[in-house]
Amino acid sequence: MAVETDFSQDGKKLTIKIKGRFDFGKHQEFRDAYESQPRRPDSVVVDLKDTTYLDSSALGMLLLLRDHAGGDDSDVRVVHASSDVRKILAISNFEKLFDIS
Amino acid sequence: MSAEQPLTVLVAEDGATDRLLLAQIVRRQGHQVFTAENGEQAVALFAEKRPQLVLLDALMPVMDGFEAARQIKALAGEALVPIIFLTSLNEEEALVRCLEAGGDDFMAKPYSAVILAAKIRAMDRLRRLQATVLAQRDLITRHHHHLLNEQRVAKAVFDKVAHSGCITAPNIRYLQSPYALFNGDLLLAAFTPSGDMHVLLGDFTGHGLPAAVGAMPLAEVFYGMTAKGYGLAHMLREMNAKLKRILPVDMFCCALLLNLSVQRGTVEVWNGGMPDGYRLSADGKVVASLASRHLPLGVLAAERFDDSTEVLPLAAGERLLLLSDGVVDTADEQERLFGVERLRAVLAANRDPVQLFDEVMQALERFGGTPRDDISLCDIRMFTVEERVPAPTLYSDSGRSSPLDWSLGFALRGESLKRFNPVPYLVQLLQEIHGLRPLTGALHSVLSELYSNALEHGVLGLDSRLKRDAHGFADYYQERARRLDALVDGFVRIDLKVEPLASGGRLIIEVRDSGAGFDVQQVLSRPASEQGLSGRGLKLVGQLGSSAGWREGGRCAWVQFDW
Repeated sequence: MAVETDFSQDGKKLTIKIKGRFDFGKHQEFRDAYESQPRRPDSVVVDLKDTTYLDSSALGMLLLLRDHAGGDDSDVRVVHASSDVRKILAISNFEKLFDIS
Repeated sequence: MSAEQPLTVLVAEDGATDRLLLAQIVRRQGHQVFTAENGEQAVALFAEKRPQLVLLDALMPVMDGFEAARQIKALAGEALVPIIFLTSLNEEEALVRCLEAGGDDFMAKPYSAVILAAKIRAMDRLRRLQATVLAQRDLITRHHHHLLNEQRVAKAVFDKVAHSGCITAPNIRYLQSPYALFNGDLLLAAFTPSGDMHVLLGDFTGHGLPAAVGAMPLAEVFYGMTAKGYGLAHMLREMNAKLKRILPVDMFCCALLLNLSVQRGTVEVWNGGMPDGYRLSADGKVVASLASRHLPLGVLAAERFDDSTEVLPLAAGERLLLLSDGVVDTADEQERLFGVERLRAVLAANRDPVQLFDEVMQALERFGGTPRDDISLCDIRMFTVEERVPAPTLYSDSGRSSPLDWSLGFALRGESLKRFNPVPYLVQLLQEIHGLRPLTGALHSVLSELYSNALEHGVLGLDSRLKRDAHGFADYYQERARRLDALVDGFVRIDLKVEPLASGGRLIIEVRDSGAGFDVQQVLSRPASEQGLSGRGLKLVGQLGSSAGWREGGRCAWVQFDW
């Protein structure tokens, strides 16, 4: 599986891990990762440790996730982004919408 | 035993007994049979009846089975008409000849009804498979033609919208794939009524029609508002709100928007999500980057959208290089990206900025990347006053009412000064007067100049001498933003007075501010060099109106237009 999900013990935090290229090919899998959950998590962590590349459709998918998680009231963190991936996030100024580390 | 689906079968056999026997076997299996006594008859009958399957004796008089097979296959064209050779030949070479002549299978005499039925069924499966493949291919071809035609029509409509500006102006050189519209890239340029040039380079997420659909309203807003004299901040708000409203959540538009003002010698920049653009000196050195400071258009709700721009000096002959991510993301065979470092190396190696555009293209070619269809590259040279082609203002009425005896006072205070630009509204209002229409550009320039003077030097108390060099320039606009943000009171008041004259009419514009005023005599006596980038636009305003001046200790500027 190129997209893995993990719920924290207390069921409040959903972690989504993306392996390899994060592009339109992952669209369905990524949506399923948060839409198919039985309950809405309080916070979502997108782990990009094993993500090699990210394109603009991936940025769109992150916006979809943010919207699903409550829009401006959502708590979505993007973690472990490589320097290349961070550059892409930075050009679009996504740190204004997401907590990126 | 009857077949699931009856076929039409041609039986060609010169021996009367064998022919009858074979026809009977096939008929009993439920198929319709035509018979021929030799190859020539078989070909003629095939042409006439178009049977779906052919049983062909190899050795026949007049024309043998091999030649008949070739001719039947040629007549059948792309459709698979299976040919089963009937043969008493059993040398390997003869059997090979059967297949090479176009036969699909062969069957040895004497005939077994069971094997023949099985072979016909197997051949029917192949025939149908081929028919399905062909039908699907034709369907795809039809859809493809349909799509291309739709794109052609959509592009024609879009070109009417997108190319209504001045993208072909001599100071702009650009490269966009002919179907850039369908890869989401968008490049627009237009002159404002006062002769500034607005340029937009945009890149929609996604490809194809969705991107093109978003591009249409964006282009409409760009041209509509530019022609009416709106500034970047207003346009950006409108574009963002519109895209936010119409695009799905995961679609947005990265955009770099510019206002090149030759009067002020500046470029105003807003970059949301596009790669760095570059400002180049006349001898090709990179002087500054136009970096992305904002989220792309269509992401944030109107109340959170940030329309703040940066202002950089840009003199005639200096250049800007803009690009889409297709340039830096061009990948070679090992999937390595061209990248920003390689691009900067090309910029650093450049000696003649006129050649830079070609040098970037050559570097991309040498890099060996597969050329992407979404490369947009745009080289803009700051134009001269003579090159300006101010846009004709859009009129929304016939101008017949043409009121000639009225006045209007319009005061902006506190919060309104931070956000609102009254100039486009006032220019639109003045369009009601027929005689002023030829002066639209001048009115826009004068009102813009006097309004920003009143705001910046009057209300905010900024000293225009700060702007004498590039460094001071940046400081000036930072300070402007800071003071504007902190502003609580103060006002700018604009009075318009229109009166009829015997031959035409007269407009008097007065712009007052709450500032400290200035020593008119002293400023006017400064040497022109010192006025340079600053100069309170005195010269300009004086040139455009019939007469102009200051009173009330520099707190009131007035201009008079006679027509």
